[in-house]
Amino acid sequence: MNDVTAGSILTTDGIPLKVSLKKSERRNKIRAFLLVAPLLVFILITFLIPIGDMLVRSVDDSYINTVFPKTFEKYKKWDRQDLPSEELYKTMFFEVKEGSGFSVGKATTRMNYAKSGWKSLLKKSKRKFKKIDEGPYKEQMIAIDKRWADIEYWKALGVMVDPTTAGYYLNAVDLKYDVNKEIVRQKENRRIYNHTWIKTFKVSLLVMFFCLILGYPISYLLSTLPLKYSNLLMICVLLPFWTSLLVRTVAWMVMLQQKGVFNNLLVTAHIIADENRFKLMYNETATIIVMTQILLPFMVLPLYSVMKTISPNYMRAALNLGASPLHAFWKVYMPNSVPGISAGCMLVFILAIGYYITPELVGGKDGQMIGNWIAYHLKTTLNWGLCAALGAILLGVMTVLYWVYNKLVGIENIKLG
Amino acid sequence: MATSDSFVKFDKVDKSYDGEILVVKDLNVDIPKGEFLTMLGPSGSGKTTTLMMLAGFETPTSGEIYLEGEAINKIPPNKRGIGMVFQNYALFPHLTVNENLAFPLEVRKLNKSDIEEKVKKTLDMVELGDFGNRMPLQLSGGQQQRVALARSLVFEPRLVLMDEPLGALDKKLREQMQYEIKHIHERIGITVVYVTHDQSEALTMSNRIAVFNDGKIQQISSPDVLYEKPENAFVANFIGENNQLKGKVKSINGKNCVVTTDQGDDITSLKINVNSVGDRSTVSLRPERVEINSPDSNFENSFNAKVKELIYLGDHIRTRVEVCGNDQFIVKVPNSYKGANLKEGASVKLSWKASDSRALDLG
Repeated sequence: MNDVTAGSILTTDGIPLKVSLKKSERRNKIRAFLLVAPLLVFILITFLIPIGDMLVRSVDDSYINTVFPKTFEKYKKWDRQDLPSEELYKTMFFEVKEGSGFSVGKATTRMNYAKSGWKSLLKKSKRKFKKIDEGPYKEQMIAIDKRWADIEYWKALGVMVDPTTAGYYLNAVDLKYDVNKEIVRQKENRRIYNHTWIKTFKVSLLVMFFCLILGYPISYLLSTLPLKYSNLLMICVLLPFWTSLLVRTVAWMVMLQQKGVFNNLLVTAHIIADENRFKLMYNETATIIVMTQILLPFMVLPLYSVMKTISPNYMRAALNLGASPLHAFWKVYMPNSVPGISAGCMLVFILAIGYYITPELVGGKDGQMIGNWIAYHLKTTLNWGLCAALGAILLGVMTVLYWVYNKLVGIENIKLG
Repeated sequence: MATSDSFVKFDKVDKSYDGEILVVKDLNVDIPKGEFLTMLGPSGSGKTTTLMMLAGFETPTSGEIYLEGEAINKIPPNKRGIGMVFQNYALFPHLTVNENLAFPLEVRKLNKSDIEEKVKKTLDMVELGDFGNRMPLQLSGGQQQRVALARSLVFEPRLVLMDEPLGALDKKLREQMQYEIKHIHERIGITVVYVTHDQSEALTMSNRIAVFNDGKIQQISSPDVLYEKPENAFVANFIGENNQLKGKVKSINGKNCVVTTDQGDDITSLKINVNSVGDRSTVSLRPERVEINSPDSNFENSFNAKVKELIYLGDHIRTRVEVCGNDQFIVKVPNSYKGANLKEGASVKLSWKASDSRALDLG
């Protein structure tokens, strides 16, 4: 029997019920936490921290300030009208001369983003500064290279004074700071990203659309067939899933290239002339075809699992109430499959927008997506700031799309199974 | 050939799904206009298949179905003008109650004000006038059931089919809905074909009941006839409670016959489903038609029995006795002075009239 005293209920042991409940619940909470702890740590280390680091990197501009601290200190006092005074030249001279080759080298790369020419100027200067022992330095520096007398170079340093910058984001959409820190468009021949962004969205939307067109009927069939047939069909759908991505992509290269299986068949069958072979490989078309095939299961699976739950009685009821089969499908079946359509489209679109390996292999010059530029800057130019900005924009776009989707359809309407 | 007594006609209908087993065998039924016909039977007896053929979702393998004299085998379900209440209701979950009801009317291209009026009127009929803007899943099971009923009636179909519509409701609600459906049927006079496996549901609501077993109609008649005068052992057993005594026909005498049980007791019964002397037969009789220790001597059948078990049920005492070699024989003894004297193990005299015991097939 529980003792009921004024206001507080005691357990049989005489401990207040609330305390006892908390105690017994605490054990469950600890157990639950311990169960997820390994995954939590894993995600923290391999996912959340790198993403945080990436976001920081996309705006971080503090390195240069650590290489030339005194120069930037003096720089802030400069009026930016006439050439700087002897003092600023002197400070710069010593920090370049005495700085380590590595850190100066790394800084020049950043300076070159602000104004190209800085890198070669400093490389040359660092070598020649060794011969200069005493001032005044301004004239001697200009004597080494006339660019020291060009105020544009000095002005360009102003972009880097702040420890943070939006420069990488500007670059990611074909803009940049000019030497006066005004936002201007990149030179015509250097505008590549806007074009790539549009292409990335276009390809992703098309892939999503084709996956839906191809996946919807097959999912419908899967959900209505008796189990023994639907299992077989399901294996056919999933088989590519279990095959290596690279193998599949290379197989498509064999199929689609100009002397490939598909074109040869058409030529042999005299459907097209030998000189009119379709250009299906190493372009945007190839990217779309191959990505559609690779991402199709991600559309079929959510669609199937949702359609499986739609009672065949809904269609029957609609027919019974007098609707034609087409009307019944459009007004009754389709709306009930929307959660599957949303989930499939979201999944395919998200996967497509960041796709890298397939466009890399089959896309040629014309089929490159934003992922390929990220990889390029990551591996080749080592402009990680720009990589981070491109990645952050992708992340931001997805977040916005997700938000819009949630407003329009409601995230609870997504069903993966 | 539209006649008043065959609004719906099944003519020699067979149905097989796999080409090996007939789920419906040689079905011949005539349903007059305005009738409430229930198809009753255990699962797998072919009753739902029959309903689906009538609705147009299954095609007869052979034979023809007529609706108002018109052969409908080749008419698709959406052109039959038959209303249907589905198992689990099949209300469209993405539409409100109003939109669900308006669906068949919009398909028929009625104008907006007519639709609104009809939806309102039908919802009021099932007492859900205030629920039009709810989504079906926000309603209780009983309310959903009413909406489904309303949706099947709103477009004024010629015929309404109901496929175990009350199966998902709890007992009390189910009974209440039985009366409501019955009253709506009486009020609007529509023809209803109803499928259930619940015999009390069938007895409550129907004008006629068709008892299905093994793809065939075993008996089709009004509820009272079905209960009082079952024509074979399956029907006797399926409808209500029933005592069965097995034996061999000893003699036939006009409409009566004598069946000798394996223990040698002679039971005088109505000759219903036996043909000749020597046939095996099941004698069926209702527990409430058996008297215990009756002083009356007008009974053709009178046997000594031993009380095995007494179960107190308030208004009556369910008494299990052993008689004529059957120890599962049930007698319902009214809870009056007579019942008070019964004790387990006591010897009693059981008696019943020949007209209450029916000699049927072996079953």
